[in-house]
Amino acid sequence: MEKKLYTLIVHSENIAGLLNQVTAVFTRRQINIESLNVSASSIKGVHKYTITVWATQEMIEIVVKQIEKKIDVLQAHYFTDDEIYQHEIALYKLSTPEFQNNPMGSKVIRRHNARIVEVNPVYSIVEKNGMSEDITGLYEELKEIGCVLQFVRSGRVAITKSNFERVNEYLDYREEKYRKQKQESV
Amino acid sequence: MKEKITGAEALMRSLEHQGVKTLFGYPGGSIMPTFDALYGHRDKLNHILVRHEQGAAHAAQGFARVSGEVGVCLVTSGPGATNTITGVADAMIDSTPIVVIAGQVGASFLGTDAFQEVDLVGITQPISKWSYQIRRAEDVAWAVARAFFIAKSGRPGPVVLDFAKNAQVEMVDYEPITLDYIRSYDPIPDTDRMALQHAADLINAAEKPFVLVGQGVELGNAQAELLAFLEKADIPCGRTLLGLSAIPTVHPLNKGMLGMHGNLGPNVKTNECDVLIAVGMRFDDRVTGRLDTYAKQAKIIHMDIDPSEINKNVKVDVAVLGDCKETLPQLTQLLRENKHTAWIESFGKYEQQEYEHVIEKEVFPKEGPLNMGEVARAVSEAANNEAILVTDVGQNQMLSARYFKYSKNRSIVTSGGLGTMGFGLPAAIGATFGRPDRTVCVFMGDGGLQMNLQELGTIMEQKAPVKMILLNNNYLGNVRQWQAMFFGRRYSFTPMLNPDYMKIAEAYEIPSRRVMKRGELQEAIREMLDTDGPFLLEACVIEEGNVMPMTPPGGTVNEMLLEC
Repeated sequence: MEKKLYTLIVHSENIAGLLNQVTAVFTRRQINIESLNVSASSIKGVHKYTITVWATQEMIEIVVKQIEKKIDVLQAHYFTDDEIYQHEIALYKLSTPEFQNNPMGSKVIRRHNARIVEVNPVYSIVEKNGMSEDITGLYEELKEIGCVLQFVRSGRVAITKSNFERVNEYLDYREEKYRKQKQESV
Repeated sequence: MKEKITGAEALMRSLEHQGVKTLFGYPGGSIMPTFDALYGHRDKLNHILVRHEQGAAHAAQGFARVSGEVGVCLVTSGPGATNTITGVADAMIDSTPIVVIAGQVGASFLGTDAFQEVDLVGITQPISKWSYQIRRAEDVAWAVARAFFIAKSGRPGPVVLDFAKNAQVEMVDYEPITLDYIRSYDPIPDTDRMALQHAADLINAAEKPFVLVGQGVELGNAQAELLAFLEKADIPCGRTLLGLSAIPTVHPLNKGMLGMHGNLGPNVKTNECDVLIAVGMRFDDRVTGRLDTYAKQAKIIHMDIDPSEINKNVKVDVAVLGDCKETLPQLTQLLRENKHTAWIESFGKYEQQEYEHVIEKEVFPKEGPLNMGEVARAVSEAANNEAILVTDVGQNQMLSARYFKYSKNRSIVTSGGLGTMGFGLPAAIGATFGRPDRTVCVFMGDGGLQMNLQELGTIMEQKAPVKMILLNNNYLGNVRQWQAMFFGRRYSFTPMLNPDYMKIAEAYEIPSRRVMKRGELQEAIREMLDTDGPFLLEACVIEEGNVMPMTPPGGTVNEMLLEC
């Protein structure tokens, strides 16, 4: 089966050691993580992991279930790029003389909607946020000018395009199920 | 009513609050405050001192498997903790509820490479259901409540508690905690009504339905529900190694054991049935053989409590999630009464074939040295087919599992998934504490017995009534068989020089007997079963005996070899 780039969104309790448990699921199946971002979510005490990997659909389904099986993981879901709004941030450190000597330099920056955040006689720093391919595109053009000293990009952050907030629904569902269970046992 | 006590004392009270009466352990530096507290609880908590921490873990497993309760281990930090790792991994893959409580260096020493410090949580995370470090005395009651809830609910498994020394000695306001809800953990997934109906439709329309019975039936205490299901729709079944005692051996719908060394009928029929219904089993590779030729002709229904098992190895047509104690009766209700007489009778041909080529020679030989299967059947029958069978791993395991007969639930304790040599002896000790009312027979080879031989000391001290049957062939027999079949008879490090086991038994004051001749076997078994307390029966068996039939590794399930 064909491999695709999937974005996994995982919500968990904020417990030390959970990142290890999540990444170990990929290691066991020999799947490389393309990017990983972990941060607090909009729900207090709940952490959100955004992970991108290349995998077949068959494998991603297995992996998601094994992540969800971890006791302190609330939910794990996988998405293709058309189901999410996603962004990355990148920083480009450029040689100031090389950059300024090429008339194309500032045009490229403007065309890509990037920002120059630091300039000194030795180097300049450019910041850009956007989709993965935009960030790569700017990098390719700057590389052609021959002025790139360093290039770094963040992991992907993503928000689902769905109208339903699954984590909130899940938490409501869990409480409701427990309440019913208690009622039945009384 | 709150009361100020130490964390160690809080652990004792928390264990008692969970209903624990038996624990297996071994003291050491970082767990000493807890053992000190245990000293004051000896009237309620029966602590079994093992001879090696691996023994404690396997004993807890044996205890849990036969009793259905949570097995508990108490060990020290560092090597004490790492010695339990094999047991934790074994309990994980075989879904056995145990709680391992290990000492840990004080919180202020963590990460400093202190004496007997090891990152136990880091080591056990991938091989346990849950693993947690208790760093403060006030977390003890919560952590123990959570540990027991996780270990025994849903698909059971091992939990590790890493108990820092400072948390053992610090004072805490103790109050017992009962916990039955964790929002991120749903032990029993919801059952989809549509899936149930779909499954029922498939079964009602099936002409050649076949059921695979796994340990899930025993874990869910759904043996009666399974029988009602099978009998109403008249469906034959095969059992996995861990599911062998979920249905009585003599039941007419039981068609034998699945897997690499299972019976011919159920393996062949897996690739002939039109609807395959798996209940509480996980399509292990030792059951399925080659996956791309496995039951391709059949519609597959998978009933399990663990959603991550669905479509893991075998793609299924219908998944019925939930507790089989609930889902089996729900499904049975949707089924119409049925008869599949011709289909059920079609197993007979393969039973006959296997009997002629394998069983008759193995179990009823007229001459030559003793066979392993012959000994297993003789022990089973001498114990009215009511004993608990514990096995080690290898030929002794396959042959005793094949030729034992099961009439009661929870009657087989074996290391199925991990295949842990050395499992048998300590697991059998645990089983005698889990079910003191039943006879416990453990079959071991000369290799496996020596892997945890030190536990004879535990048996001696506890007078644990373990009936030990050593099938001695002076080889690591299973590997030798593979070397004979697949490695051109190059017996690379499988012949073994053995000690005199009668002298070893004597040193431990355990009654024993060695049998070499067929004529002495029955009487020796009678002596073993009639002796109060432990007994070691050494059966000197055929040196190059093989387990047959066999699906060669990577082979197709309906192409078993009957002879090699």
